[in-house]
Amino acid sequence: MQTQHFFIVGDPLILGADISIILVSAAIIFVLTYFKKWGWLWREWLTTVDYKKIGIMYFISALLMLFRGGVDALLMRLQLMFPNMNLLESEHYNEIFTTHGTIMILFMAMPLIFAMFNIAVPLQIGARDVAYPFLNAVSFWLFFFGALLLNLSFVIGGSPNASWWGYPPLSELTFNPGPGENFYILSIQISGIGSIATGINFLITILKMRAPGMRLMDMPLFTWSVLSSCIVIIAAFPVLTVALFLLFMDRFAGAHFFTMTHGGDPMMYVNLFWMWGHPEVYIVVLPAFGIFSEVVSVFSKKVIFGYTSMVVSLLLISVYAYFTWVHHFFTMGAGADVNTFFSISTMLIAIPTGVKVFNWLLTMYRGRIRMTEPMLWTLGFIVCFVVGGATGVMLSVAPADYQYHNSYFVVAHFHNVLIGGTVFGMFAGMTYWWPKIFGFKLNPTLGKWAFWLWNIGFYVCFMPQYALGFMGMTRRIYTYPDDMGWTPYNVVSTIGAFIMALGFVFQVWQIVYSAKRMDRDVTGDPWDGHTLEWSTTSPAPYYNFAVIPKVEGRDAFWKEKKKRSQPDYKPEKRELKPIHFPKNSGIPFIMGVCFFIAGFGLTFHWVWLGVIGLIGVAATLYARSFQYDTEYVIPVEEIKKTEAALGRDI
Amino acid sequence: MAHAVETGVKHEDHESIKIAGFWIFLVQDVLLFATLFATYVVLRNHYAGGPTPKELFDVPGFVAETFILLTSSFTSGLAALQLNKKSVGGLITWLVITGVLGLAFLGFEINEFTNMVQEGATISTSAFLSAFFTLVGTHGAHVTLGLGWMLGLIIQLARRGITPVTSRKVSVLSLYWHFLDAVWIFIFTVVYLIGVM
Repeated sequence: MQTQHFFIVGDPLILGADISIILVSAAIIFVLTYFKKWGWLWREWLTTVDYKKIGIMYFISALLMLFRGGVDALLMRLQLMFPNMNLLESEHYNEIFTTHGTIMILFMAMPLIFAMFNIAVPLQIGARDVAYPFLNAVSFWLFFFGALLLNLSFVIGGSPNASWWGYPPLSELTFNPGPGENFYILSIQISGIGSIATGINFLITILKMRAPGMRLMDMPLFTWSVLSSCIVIIAAFPVLTVALFLLFMDRFAGAHFFTMTHGGDPMMYVNLFWMWGHPEVYIVVLPAFGIFSEVVSVFSKKVIFGYTSMVVSLLLISVYAYFTWVHHFFTMGAGADVNTFFSISTMLIAIPTGVKVFNWLLTMYRGRIRMTEPMLWTLGFIVCFVVGGATGVMLSVAPADYQYHNSYFVVAHFHNVLIGGTVFGMFAGMTYWWPKIFGFKLNPTLGKWAFWLWNIGFYVCFMPQYALGFMGMTRRIYTYPDDMGWTPYNVVSTIGAFIMALGFVFQVWQIVYSAKRMDRDVTGDPWDGHTLEWSTTSPAPYYNFAVIPKVEGRDAFWKEKKKRSQPDYKPEKRELKPIHFPKNSGIPFIMGVCFFIAGFGLTFHWVWLGVIGLIGVAATLYARSFQYDTEYVIPVEEIKKTEAALGRDI
Repeated sequence: MAHAVETGVKHEDHESIKIAGFWIFLVQDVLLFATLFATYVVLRNHYAGGPTPKELFDVPGFVAETFILLTSSFTSGLAALQLNKKSVGGLITWLVITGVLGLAFLGFEINEFTNMVQEGATISTSAFLSAFFTLVGTHGAHVTLGLGWMLGLIIQLARRGITPVTSRKVSVLSLYWHFLDAVWIFIFTVVYLIGVM
């Protein structure tokens, strides 16, 4: 392969990106060397198995990916703002909508929910750690190096361009000979292994590590939502792994699963992809439902309305999620009976979701509502999600779907539920748990600006797209003539996208400002919370709880606080014991590097490099298997010292 | 010593938590194979003018493979019995026998694949053969991984004897091995038996 095909230099936009990547990397290396921070980076972050730090790393990566995917979105909106624009060529436009979708779902939404899993779940269930701390680090580094591999395609070899779902035959070798689709397949494959491991890790954490006394039906609803999300991950991701693996076999080994010749069947990929793809939507939205349940209850000063129905609807959604995939392609021609089945199943899944919306509303009813930032995001979500849900029901009507299919109506619909649901949900979670992670609240004024800009920007951007869909504007077109009557709607939509971008700028400003100016939270319980994570200090010490809490019923910490305010309350004297803790390990990071090397080699069909990488993976697995001394003991004196430094006497 | 230390979970629970996680791992592996089976079933008649299963499959060959793998599942069960008896020597012996049987199985499979490729039936010949090689090959890759794992575990057992950690590792490995056996029974039925019928 020639150098000019290896490094992408032709396009001025990409050249600019090349230069900025080089400059930023040089700056990072300089800062780390100048302040002698390499050792710190290795000891504190790259080798950590502390789920709280892993949560923070997931969070930072997700925000970076949100930025990257957001820039893609802005470029697309600029290109579509006016008819016959020449900002992006058709090929470049194809690459950008592909990476936008892939990044936003797999490398932004997934790490963002995993950040929340890590930040909140062990604390909420009164555990000291996740079930498999080492595996948790492996998951993170596989995600990280998967994301790195995909982003590398931008400057080396060329980006994938067959959309985020990579349908064959377009994604087959015949029509797509470059390395772009290989980047897509291998990066998702690598991070997908990490996602499955996270699903298993948190499922077992929740089932096996709860504090004594906490029954399943005493768990906070966020924990329940993570449990149901994990069930969906475990059941859905293997299907994606196989779908991409088969596509890889087609491209790499000359197989004929999805080709047009030799008996291949492209529609089989579409089916397999959406058997994962539809549940994936629920994987990322269920944790958001959990966050809203926490937020609504705390900021209404009430217990959640209909706890049992909340749990049942979460679990129902995670089962129904498997029976709706064909609604992504009613136009396949599967026949009236198949389409009817999937039409009805799609409508049915709206019912448990509706139950949840009513429960949130009834929790607020006659509650003492505090309009904090998490609460604002929750309210914004409810409105947004109801609109998105209603258009979803419209789309579920198979005959009508023939009209909407592949139009901007669909684009508007899924942004409505994904931004309104997942993104708003994660922002609610971010602002809610921020003091618990970092020890200070986020500035509410800047946060309100961010909220309103995001919200107004959202409707300005996506409501016109519903109209454009009705007017016949199809997805993925890179330009359009000026006599279609689409121009005013596209102008408005682009303005909306930039308003949302401004909202993001406010969020970054809010984080930077708050880190400098906001007061420390010394109480550990800044919101008057209900669940166990608020019973420890902010940020929580690395062992979470000096003494594992004993739980009686739901909203354990709220009950505990009520008990403490009784005049005859006598604190129970509890004995400290030494704690077993996992040692840090460099193996997960090295394993991620090896996977990256293997993925990079296979992307360019350099089998020797792929083999070297895979041998490296096997070697790290072996090295770990032969390690026996993986834990250390925290003595009681150290716990006492740490607690005293945090202002808690034991 | 270990019992005086609090981890939020009792120390002896550590190993049982790992076994629970492995069960869930097997659940996702079942789904992975289920998807491959579904793919095979959809494509099994897509010969595209290429050879059919009847022409390709060698009955004595796959029957021998099946018996070897089933026997290795039995011997890994015998290894687990030695684990209960706390006999390191017996355990290692039966694991070695299991591993040798696994190797023999792989040898048969590689031989079968090579013969097919030499007859011109490659992964690129038809969608049916793509699905065949991928499904059976994925199982073979699992067996290979299991053998590498077994080797590492035998070395650890020789060095450390039977401890809570090594016995958990043996239990997990034998779960994995029986699982591969179960998958093979489905391959035997769905691919080979139905193929030659």
